[in-house]
Amino acid sequence: MSRFGIVPRIKLRKIQEAVSSGKRVDGRGLKDLREISIKTGVLDKAEGSAEVHLGDTWVMVGIKIGVGSPFEDTPDEGVLICNAEFVPLASPLFEPGPPRENSIELARVVDRGLRSAEVFDFSKLGLIPGGKVYMIFVDLYILNHGGNLIDASAIAAISALRNTMMPVYEVKDDKIVQTDKKKPLEVRKTPVAVTVVKIGDGLLVDPTADEEEVMDTRLTFTIDEDGNICAVQKSGSQGLTSDEIKAALELALEKASEINGKITGTE
Amino acid sequence: MSPRKKKKKWNRVDGRDFNELRPLKIESGVLPNADGSAYIEMGKNKIMVGVFGPREMHPKHLSRPNMAVLRCRYHMAPFSVDPRRSPAPSRRDNEISMVMRYALEPAVFLDRYPRSVIDVYAEILEADGGTRCASLNAASVALVDAGIPMRDLVVSCAAGKYDGQLVLDLGDHEDQEGEADVPLAYMPKLDMVTLLQMDGILSPKEFDGCISLALEGCQKIYETQREALKKKYEVEEEEKKD
Amino acid sequence: MSALFESRDLVIPGDVLYEGRIRTGDNTYLRQGKVYASRIGLVEYGRGMVSVITLEAGYNPLVGDTVVGDVVDIELGRWNVDIDASVAAHLNVPDAIDAPFRPDIVMPDILDIGETVVAKVVDLDRWRTPILSILGRDLGKVEEGFTIRITPSKIPRLIGKQGSMVKMILKETGCDIVIGQNGRILINGEKREQEDIAVKVIGKIDREAHTTGLTNRIQEYIKRLKEEFD
Repeated sequence: MSRFGIVPRIKLRKIQEAVSSGKRVDGRGLKDLREISIKTGVLDKAEGSAEVHLGDTWVMVGIKIGVGSPFEDTPDEGVLICNAEFVPLASPLFEPGPPRENSIELARVVDRGLRSAEVFDFSKLGLIPGGKVYMIFVDLYILNHGGNLIDASAIAAISALRNTMMPVYEVKDDKIVQTDKKKPLEVRKTPVAVTVVKIGDGLLVDPTADEEEVMDTRLTFTIDEDGNICAVQKSGSQGLTSDEIKAALELALEKASEINGKITGTE
Repeated sequence: MSPRKKKKKWNRVDGRDFNELRPLKIESGVLPNADGSAYIEMGKNKIMVGVFGPREMHPKHLSRPNMAVLRCRYHMAPFSVDPRRSPAPSRRDNEISMVMRYALEPAVFLDRYPRSVIDVYAEILEADGGTRCASLNAASVALVDAGIPMRDLVVSCAAGKYDGQLVLDLGDHEDQEGEADVPLAYMPKLDMVTLLQMDGILSPKEFDGCISLALEGCQKIYETQREALKKKYEVEEEEKKD
Repeated sequence: MSALFESRDLVIPGDVLYEGRIRTGDNTYLRQGKVYASRIGLVEYGRGMVSVITLEAGYNPLVGDTVVGDVVDIELGRWNVDIDASVAAHLNVPDAIDAPFRPDIVMPDILDIGETVVAKVVDLDRWRTPILSILGRDLGKVEEGFTIRITPSKIPRLIGKQGSMVKMILKETGCDIVIGQNGRILINGEKREQEDIAVKVIGKIDREAHTTGLTNRIQEYIKRLKEEFD
């Protein structure tokens, strides 16, 4: 990985040639995913957690459940907050400091996927009407940037949520009291993000960090287990034809069920 | 509660002896992108450290003409504590970053790399008391893993006083509820202390006792650091049989 | 006066290697009559000297080294080249075009940001910044191929005694290979399979450079890889 943020031209050319030939630099075909490994329950102080390896990319997610104030327009509903940290130890390109646009984008894309798929029934997460509600915090931590952070983070987020035990609060005399009880957080859907990048005329899935450095543009689809599209995000400075968008969507649908199988299979 | 007697066995909240360390595990070379790295579990603490450098320093006006700058960043994940905390650095984080830098600088040959920077990033994934010590233990291993020339390793441990007793390696509860906490860092082969702080109240004799206790703990932790560094090379010996 | 380890023992920084008078070699330092290791590696005692053969280290530029690097910036009269050292190296115009600097020279036309060069380290300035030259045989801009990285301390093993290892790889794979002392290797083959074999072989040498019997294992490995590709 370049420490100076400059992509050498010969690297760009090599990646383009590899993509044109159908055999990528790491030997994969354009439609091949890297190896995915998922572990849940890795953090004791978090109500839910997961650790995902996708090739060299390493992501950790912690779920914290708390109590707080609802949004003004939905006073009876629980709140979901997604946050991503691109910590500097994950890549020489990450600098310490407040979130930059990349980490904000990632958090928002994961958030949209969870929200639009209606993973949670927020109306069941209220406590006192107009008062306090359950807050679900999804903190996405990138430990090593090997490319395709969005997909890896989405896998980690939903895996962690599926294994989250909520502290049970009760309302006594208008006060919110934490009981000793815990119950599983109800997770109704399993949305999965699939990122497709365009390099030259090729569309490929699961880009490495090098491939992302040279890509023309990137399109992420978040898809639930029924094949519905819950979120779409195009990022990057080049354009896409409508045929390319169709082809990317087909590819994403195919890969989404593959990834879904990994998440639900490894329980 | 019967009075303290040297002969009576007194147990700590987790059943440890007064001079017993929490379970300790260190792995070196775990982050592919970092120049050097280490992961540590010390009790329930889970900490990842990545080292980058020596590399060009930006902004240039902060670099030093005749030696490298060592930068440390101690940072806690929002899910590392209960209740969740903000990811933004706090004043405590800043202070710890600074004392960590002072603890590591004496060990590193900074004058070999004029105008560059060596970055040490400690990410606390789970916290349970003694995180700055655990971070230093991992940072030391990560610096060696990065191939940065060092005079010695830096080992770190805290001793303190809880419920009237001097104890080694305080957990979160003992730290919060105890009478004193003395974190210490040490270069074992050169016999030099590089970090020393105290929070709480102790008599001079007790303070001395804490230092002895912490140094004892450091000797044991040093063996684990050495094992972690050696293990990485044994793994490579195994891999050659493919 | 004593050696506290045996040759090829693994040592870590701070380990006392020798007490008494002896010449201090690589990756050691002297303090109060004792020689200590400053890096992790295998200690070597011999020829009146103690040194540590390091298994991990960044690149330490030496005058005379051939390096492969990328242009990362253009300043007045010079290019800054990333050669994986602690600071970027300098390539001044006269060392690139064998003529003095003139204000009407358009530097990006000669070498632009992102281009790769094979260069020689000709000097280290007073702040240890490596100074490069691309004048000379087999030096200059790279037009074809791609690069991979290995740990710089493994380079001698990759080259082998009198170039024996790298010559074997060149012969068996048919690739052009340029080895940078900074750990960057330039590979250019006619066929993708040849390049893939070269990359795998070099990777194996990187992982196993410090072990014995490597040459035979590499020969076996190349044979197996070629069989796989047929």
